[in-house]
Amino acid sequence: MLVFYTLLAIMILGSIVAIETRNLLSSVISVGIVGFTLSILFLMLGAPDLAITQVVVEILALVILIRATISVDNTAIEKHRDTFAMVSSLVFVGLFLVFASYAFLEMHAFGESLMRTSQHYLDNGLAETGASNIVTSIILDYRAYDTLGEATVLFVSVLGATVIMRRIGRKRGVNL
Amino acid sequence: MTIYLMCFFLFVMGLYCLIAKKHLIKKIIGIAILDYAVNLFLILIGYKSGGIPPVLFEGMNKQTFSQQSVDPLPQALVLTSIVISLGVLIMMVSIALRLYEKYKTFDTSEISRLRG
Amino acid sequence: MGMSLIVKKVTQFVIGLIFLYGINIILFGHLGVGGGFAGGVILTCGFILIMLVFGREKAIQKMRTNVAHFLSCIGALAFLAIALLGYIDGTFFFNFIDHGKEFHLHSAGLIPFADIAISIIIVSAIFTIFVLLVFFGRFVGDAEEYENDEEYVGNIDRNL
Repeated sequence: MLVFYTLLAIMILGSIVAIETRNLLSSVISVGIVGFTLSILFLMLGAPDLAITQVVVEILALVILIRATISVDNTAIEKHRDTFAMVSSLVFVGLFLVFASYAFLEMHAFGESLMRTSQHYLDNGLAETGASNIVTSIILDYRAYDTLGEATVLFVSVLGATVIMRRIGRKRGVNL
Repeated sequence: MTIYLMCFFLFVMGLYCLIAKKHLIKKIIGIAILDYAVNLFLILIGYKSGGIPPVLFEGMNKQTFSQQSVDPLPQALVLTSIVISLGVLIMMVSIALRLYEKYKTFDTSEISRLRG
Repeated sequence: MGMSLIVKKVTQFVIGLIFLYGINIILFGHLGVGGGFAGGVILTCGFILIMLVFGREKAIQKMRTNVAHFLSCIGALAFLAIALLGYIDGTFFFNFIDHGKEFHLHSAGLIPFADIAISIIIVSAIFTIFVLLVFFGRFVGDAEEYENDEEYVGNIDRNL
């Protein structure tokens, strides 16, 4: 139990550093700390599938973010700190935290899962689908519509990035 | 309940970064932290104390497995969400680079002042 | 182009193992830990390692961008076709093939095929976006140097 609190505290520290530091590159690397700690936490919480995916996705995201920051000038742009925006967003965020803590009082305690639908999957998953990994049997058999939607979202994301990035269609010398 | 509150604190940090910071890459980092917090919260809801991963191996007793395993449903949903968040991150970075190419700055207030 | 000799040699030894590991995770996703998502992202990491070590031209030779775009369409259509095949014996996404023996490779009907389709989608989609990002970042960094290089621009336009 203590290990969850420790790992979450490391994640919160990493995110504070990532948000508040001036240098952009160290901010990106602090996001890496948060992501890799999250993957260890997934492993501790009994989700090895997610741990593998999170490690690899985190590596790709770090490469992309470093690519985005390293070729441009990354001087800190907060010359004039906007005090009003900072204070008002802090107040708003604090209120949000207080009301959320009232909501969490109504939830079930940590460590007692509800398992209303999932009990059926755990009991009959192997017999009905034949896949011994219950997560795979859910994403590809019981709830495959979800995965179809995911494939559509990835496809649309490729289309959008291609349209944003391509150079064909821009006339030479005309600065659009 | 404390662990839910800590996870929500992480969410709120991402939200604060998204609202208050002016740098575009900082905003993208805020969205990434927000993503992590939501995924972690869904997994925390499905955890059962002393639980084992929802993967059956040969020779395992099926009765005790279905009693002890953690909730597999949030894991299936979060697995989809992680990969989608990567696609969204790549798209946000590409839009930010396009904005940088046009305005030569990442500052959002600067960009909105230069428009027109 | 690319990194030093030591890195290139080590990458030549390691890259096959990375691809084998990814394919293993994809094919045995219904038996152990893994699946189409994790395996697909590992394969993409292999391609990106090639791109970082040998330079971007070499990686483009291995997998051209329009081929990757085509493969992404093929993967999405294959997944939809697997879903539609269920109508042979009932409903959308019905798993109609014989389930076989438990804990063997042939044990889950259509699930391994769906895993393969998903991994194709993920590899081609993320690889396409990454190549686009790398070529685009070139223009942001030192635009004046490449803006007037007719051959370089033409080469990129053909690749996209």
